[in-house]
Amino acid sequence: MTSLAYTVADSATMLRRNLKHQLRYPSLTLMLAGMPIVFLLLFVYIFGGQLGTGLGGHGAGGRGAYLTYVVPGILIITVASAALGTAISVATDMTGGIIDRFRTMAISRGAVLTGHVIGSLLQTLAVLVLVVGVSLALGFRSHASALEWLAAAGMLALFAFALIWLSAALGLAAKSVETASNTPMFLTLLPFLSSAFVATATMPAGLRQFAEYEPFTPVTQTIRGLLTGGPTGTQAIVAIAWSIGIALASYLWAVRLYNRRRATTPN
Amino acid sequence: MTINTSAPAISARAVRKSFGGHVALDGVDLTVGEGTIFALLGPNGAGKTTMVRILSTLIAADAGDIHVGGHDVARDPDSVRALIGVTGQFSAVDNYLTGEENLRLMADLRHLGRQAGRRRVAELLERFDLSGAARKPLSAYSGGMRRKLDLAMTLVGDPAVIFLDEPTTGLDPRSRRTMWQIIRELAGDGVTIFLTTQYLDEADQLADRVAVLDHGRIVAEGTPAELKRRIPGGHIQLQFAEPNALRAAAAMIPNATPDNDQLILQIPGDGSVASLRRLLNELDDTSIDVEHLSIHSPDLDDVFFAVTGHATTEPATGQEEKVLQP
Repeated sequence: MTSLAYTVADSATMLRRNLKHQLRYPSLTLMLAGMPIVFLLLFVYIFGGQLGTGLGGHGAGGRGAYLTYVVPGILIITVASAALGTAISVATDMTGGIIDRFRTMAISRGAVLTGHVIGSLLQTLAVLVLVVGVSLALGFRSHASALEWLAAAGMLALFAFALIWLSAALGLAAKSVETASNTPMFLTLLPFLSSAFVATATMPAGLRQFAEYEPFTPVTQTIRGLLTGGPTGTQAIVAIAWSIGIALASYLWAVRLYNRRRATTPN
Repeated sequence: MTINTSAPAISARAVRKSFGGHVALDGVDLTVGEGTIFALLGPNGAGKTTMVRILSTLIAADAGDIHVGGHDVARDPDSVRALIGVTGQFSAVDNYLTGEENLRLMADLRHLGRQAGRRRVAELLERFDLSGAARKPLSAYSGGMRRKLDLAMTLVGDPAVIFLDEPTTGLDPRSRRTMWQIIRELAGDGVTIFLTTQYLDEADQLADRVAVLDHGRIVAEGTPAELKRRIPGGHIQLQFAEPNALRAAAAMIPNATPDNDQLILQIPGDGSVASLRRLLNELDDTSIDVEHLSIHSPDLDDVFFAVTGHATTEPATGQEEKVLQP
């Protein structure tokens, strides 16, 4: 086998390992899926009636209109909350003994992290399917074509990929599993400071500027445009640029942390 | 990825490693011959684990020249990794998988292929008496079973050199004996074994050569017998039937220590044939009746004390072990 073939084989082995973990202990996956579904119900049935009337341009207003508005935001918060799992599983691995075993074996560099990241990505996509299913059950309807659905899925996957690498790096940077489960929490806060739940135009100055320029807004607007109609053009480009930028920076940070880790500790 | 047979399995020259201001290894030299068992003996904090981590490519030394299987650890770590197996002090198993899945994971990472991997896994489960628990999650495993699985995982790739960092720490006496037996069998198959231990009797039982590590330096090295011979503490013990004989013998032999209650006389000496013959001749000439004679070699506890000037830092554990392993 060539070294590329080894890299692929080792990464696939690590991916199988991570998927087995997810299947055997589904509580983490269920927790990651539970949060956005609770938010969806909360925002549609508690806040939705009132928030919907403020939408104006989005049809007749009311709960139904707000459901249409908020689902893209819920999909974004799904991606953000699912990424939290990566930090936890990476940190669990790094603080356990098995990582030392991997390091003393001739395993392709990066296979351990690749296994985690792809495993988390598949987990996120599964959770997204579940959340879309719940949204449809609640009455969410989209006029998007198959191609637009595909584009939306691609955008979500790309953004998820970026946040998962970021979360993996945070998991590597954490000294304990407890820390790793806390540090990426800001990722679930950022969607609230974006156009995910309310239009940024309704926010006070300062906050509005922040909301308009942070990455969650262009990603949300892109998904919203694709699924419920509306402009996507420049938002999509900004969203893709943010995703690639976050993914690249986080990847480099994660690999650096992975290679440096433990080189300076006695035990 | 082959062993250079002309070279020793492990050679290390002037290895140094510091963590911040703390010097963990301060110029360690050691050589381990192929197919032998080498024990690095020392109390907690002596630098044993650091040495294993350096030899097994986990961390880099600050200075020194280290070869494992003929490959330079710093320049060609992947060639070293292909040859070695490591069982660390803390269990290196995947708690979310079953025993069999853990072994399969190793087989996959060693690229054994489906057929050969399956065969090897079944073989190891059988050998380590884990077949019954193969499909059980690790939460159902006892400490001894986990340690056996840990070692089995190390053996999946048929490593030529195995590092065992305190392989029996925390095991009950029966599991400990099982582990010793496995280690001896591996050495019998020609595998080179580098183990660390803080149990003096373990080094004595298993190792062909022992190095004593204290505060990052090797303070003594040799076969267990050589080490024991090198230091004072050995004595010849004479048992007498009646007090007169004891008194007469004590008067005749210089430096002897009588024990009047037990009618025992202790005579310092290394137990060499010449000194023994001289003693027996003198006893014969004076017609003193000796009921029983025994020679006591110092054990590694004495060795450790003699070469470091202090006892091992964990006297309680050490003594307990001696009781458990008479």
